[in-house]
Amino acid sequence: MKSWLTTTDHKRIGMLYFWTALVFFLIGGLEALVIRAQLARPEGIGVSAEIYNQMFTMHGTTMVFLALMPLSAAFFNYIVPLQIGARDVAFPRLNAFSYWVFLLGGLFLNASFVAGPLFGAAHLSVAPDAGWFGYANLTSRQFSPGPNIDFWVLGLLILGIASLAAGFNFIVTILNMRAPGMKLMRLPVFSWMTLVTQFIVITAFPVITVALVLLMFDRFFGTHFFVPAGGGDPILWQHLFWLFGHPEVYILILPAMGIISEVLPTFSRKPLFGYTVVVYSGVLIGFMGWGVWSHHMFAVGLGPIADSVFSATTMLIAVPTGVKIFNWIGTMWGGQLRFTTAMLFAVGFIAMFIIGGLSGVSHASPPADLQQTDTYYVVAHIHYVLFGGTMLGLFAGMYYWWPKMTGRRLSETLGKWHFWLTFVGMNLSFFPMHFSGLLGMPRRIYTYGAELGVTRLNEISTAGAFLLGVAVLVFLVNLWRTRTRGEPAGNDPWQGATLEWATTSPPPVYNFTVLPRVESRLPLWATEHHGAMAPLPATPPAPIHVPGGSWWPLVTALGLPLIAVAALSHQLWLALAGVAVVIAGIYRWAYEPFEA
Amino acid sequence: MVPLFTAAAVVTGCGGPFPQSTLAPRSDFSAAVNTLFTGIFWWAVVVFVIVEGLLLFVIIRYRRREGAGEPRPLHGHTALEIGWTLAPALILVFIAVPTMRTIFATAGHAPAGALRVEVVGHQWWWEYRYPDLGIVTANELHLPVGTPVQLELTTADVIHSFWVPRLGGKRDLTPGRVTRIAFTADSAGEFSGQCAEFCGASHANMRLRVFVQPDSAFRAWVAGQRAQPAAPAPGSLAERGREDFARGACIACHTIAGLPQARGIVGPNLTHVGSRTTIAGALFPNTTEYLRRWIDDAPSLKPGALMPAIVLPDDELSALVAYLQSLR
Repeated sequence: MKSWLTTTDHKRIGMLYFWTALVFFLIGGLEALVIRAQLARPEGIGVSAEIYNQMFTMHGTTMVFLALMPLSAAFFNYIVPLQIGARDVAFPRLNAFSYWVFLLGGLFLNASFVAGPLFGAAHLSVAPDAGWFGYANLTSRQFSPGPNIDFWVLGLLILGIASLAAGFNFIVTILNMRAPGMKLMRLPVFSWMTLVTQFIVITAFPVITVALVLLMFDRFFGTHFFVPAGGGDPILWQHLFWLFGHPEVYILILPAMGIISEVLPTFSRKPLFGYTVVVYSGVLIGFMGWGVWSHHMFAVGLGPIADSVFSATTMLIAVPTGVKIFNWIGTMWGGQLRFTTAMLFAVGFIAMFIIGGLSGVSHASPPADLQQTDTYYVVAHIHYVLFGGTMLGLFAGMYYWWPKMTGRRLSETLGKWHFWLTFVGMNLSFFPMHFSGLLGMPRRIYTYGAELGVTRLNEISTAGAFLLGVAVLVFLVNLWRTRTRGEPAGNDPWQGATLEWATTSPPPVYNFTVLPRVESRLPLWATEHHGAMAPLPATPPAPIHVPGGSWWPLVTALGLPLIAVAALSHQLWLALAGVAVVIAGIYRWAYEPFEA
Repeated sequence: MVPLFTAAAVVTGCGGPFPQSTLAPRSDFSAAVNTLFTGIFWWAVVVFVIVEGLLLFVIIRYRRREGAGEPRPLHGHTALEIGWTLAPALILVFIAVPTMRTIFATAGHAPAGALRVEVVGHQWWWEYRYPDLGIVTANELHLPVGTPVQLELTTADVIHSFWVPRLGGKRDLTPGRVTRIAFTADSAGEFSGQCAEFCGASHANMRLRVFVQPDSAFRAWVAGQRAQPAAPAPGSLAERGREDFARGACIACHTIAGLPQARGIVGPNLTHVGSRTTIAGALFPNTTEYLRRWIDDAPSLKPGALMPAIVLPDDELSALVAYLQSLR
């Protein structure tokens, strides 16, 4: 127990991220099922408007910040140091701090579900209820007087700290900790996409932090940044939010693209087709992601010039994305494809992401978007991208790297059930949403009339959502069963090409008995110019220093929710206590003796 | 495109008539968007078939076969890479050009002489003001067929979005700004719409109707709205209701032309409420039963409704309802 609380081992922190994010993923999934149950019938099944609005707000917020990002982070943590041939990340204690801040931020946000009585509210739940995008001025104290939005603002501010700390940590790690010979253009694509993602994180999160701080000032101290009566402008929020929000989409998708760029070559027995192009298009997407944010705002009426410019940039970003898809197909072309579960999920990613990409092009066209935005058509689009894309990619990563992380393979039989139930369930759930949207069903409505004619479509979507629930249960059974009955993996169960397969499964705390020397992009495969890397010695030839654990990342992290609770309860002393804990934690952290 | 979706709808058991379908346009605005979207849709179908077909071919053709040797390690192919970068870019040109043209055609500026209507969003209902006709009404918009219309959108509280899919795309109502929609409806009929930007508890219940009428019917409606409603007959139930209305809480929020005490502007103008087909943000039919339930306990019918529950003796409630129904 103590060793987990004080751990600074990137692999243990990776597992902590994984299990925590998985629990949040289940919570977000349950929220989705409440939403789908309510929409199965016109006039609903009895979920109140207030609870429904909390459900879709928390579903979006949870899936983006507490499930998809940290599931990616689980792989950044576990896999990237192994892929680049390092002993750990650059700042192991900062890494632990990121995890604890993420956990506490997530708990703080979800505490709103039961915090009602503390605020004298009529209901148990005072969860955020203004959407994951929290548009001003609905979020002002005037229109949202309860603590709901406060939980959202403070929770996201805490989570942003976790993301920023991790972002800097992984940039430094990937740039500085690579094994000898691992030039940037020999970096595995997953590590490359991690690097791009972290650059987006450290540039995008400050933007939302600024927006949230302004909103916090509006709500707590009576400023008017977004209050029109005081000279503020609610559109400013939209610009700030989407200036963060669209790069955030790439924060969510690039890691999954990186994962399948590892899985496809391994199970095709061929190197990635056009490695350089895949890497550069990822970098290009990272840059171009900054120039498209106002395509979320075509209905605002920014004027035809602005709309045209953002339409053009948005269509342009489809080009590097399309290039990646062709390169993945090129990777499989002429290969010897092994359809393991990981490979099925990777191919599923491509098939589904194409659909999400194509519907995306249709609302890159502003006039078309005026009919599509804020309808179920867009709900269909984001789920093809973020579930069909990111989530299938993450599942591919789980089946691919689970043997490395635990030493045991997940069951392929259950895995195939998991894949096919997921594949059928997601299409059943999300495909009809294209139609319900085009037939005029807006999103974020807790009820609709039978006269809209979309009842049957919604029934199908709900059935599909529950099928997805069954698929997730199969996955949980698979995880549980593998603990004791999974087939032992060995070092390299898939004949992978990258360094993580050169060490044992799970790897020793120091990762590699000797740091590998890298001479090609695919060190474990023999290619035209290089032989395969020689196996590493089974035991370290010289003792390896491994830093011990530290309490101070956890202590420092604990100060942050204290400050947030202080803001919620208007207790100045508690805020000061929280600041004191943070400062004391950092002080002890800085002067912690260096020991073996 | 429309037949395709109709076929899909029939297969899934939805017969229609889909009152909010974006694919059954009845104005120049929605028709332009539909034409544009149809073009994009078919390009998407072409790309979908090619790319998914390629993917299917690859996963069938290159399945691992026993005894096959190691595949040739192919690192890339420059001509191919350039080809599949340019091809999508070229297709996007075919989408971008009509897009830009439509952007300017649907920018929201009607020709001179268009009928102006100011639309004001409220949590959770719509106020319509016809500045040139001197009419103020709520939730049900009346427009003449074949006449250009200029909607000028603002909001009294938070951001809303005005959307009547068959007449055009949506446009946000933003505090401190005036935004615009322009269109010309090409056929008479009743069209439904609703708020499309999440605006709080009853966002789902912020609905609206548009009645596009032939010129003569529209002129008759205008004349009716501009006239003051007839005073209730002396001694009638409606007249008692009128007295109750003038004495009660109603006047704090509602205006009724011809009833000097009733000058409130927080709630909908009720001058001709009896002539509307719906109440409560086009949510319920304008019947005796719903009017009674609405006055008795509005928040239970519409979560968060700002109109409080008004507890009245039964006869007083009947009188009020009779009065409101007389305001035709």
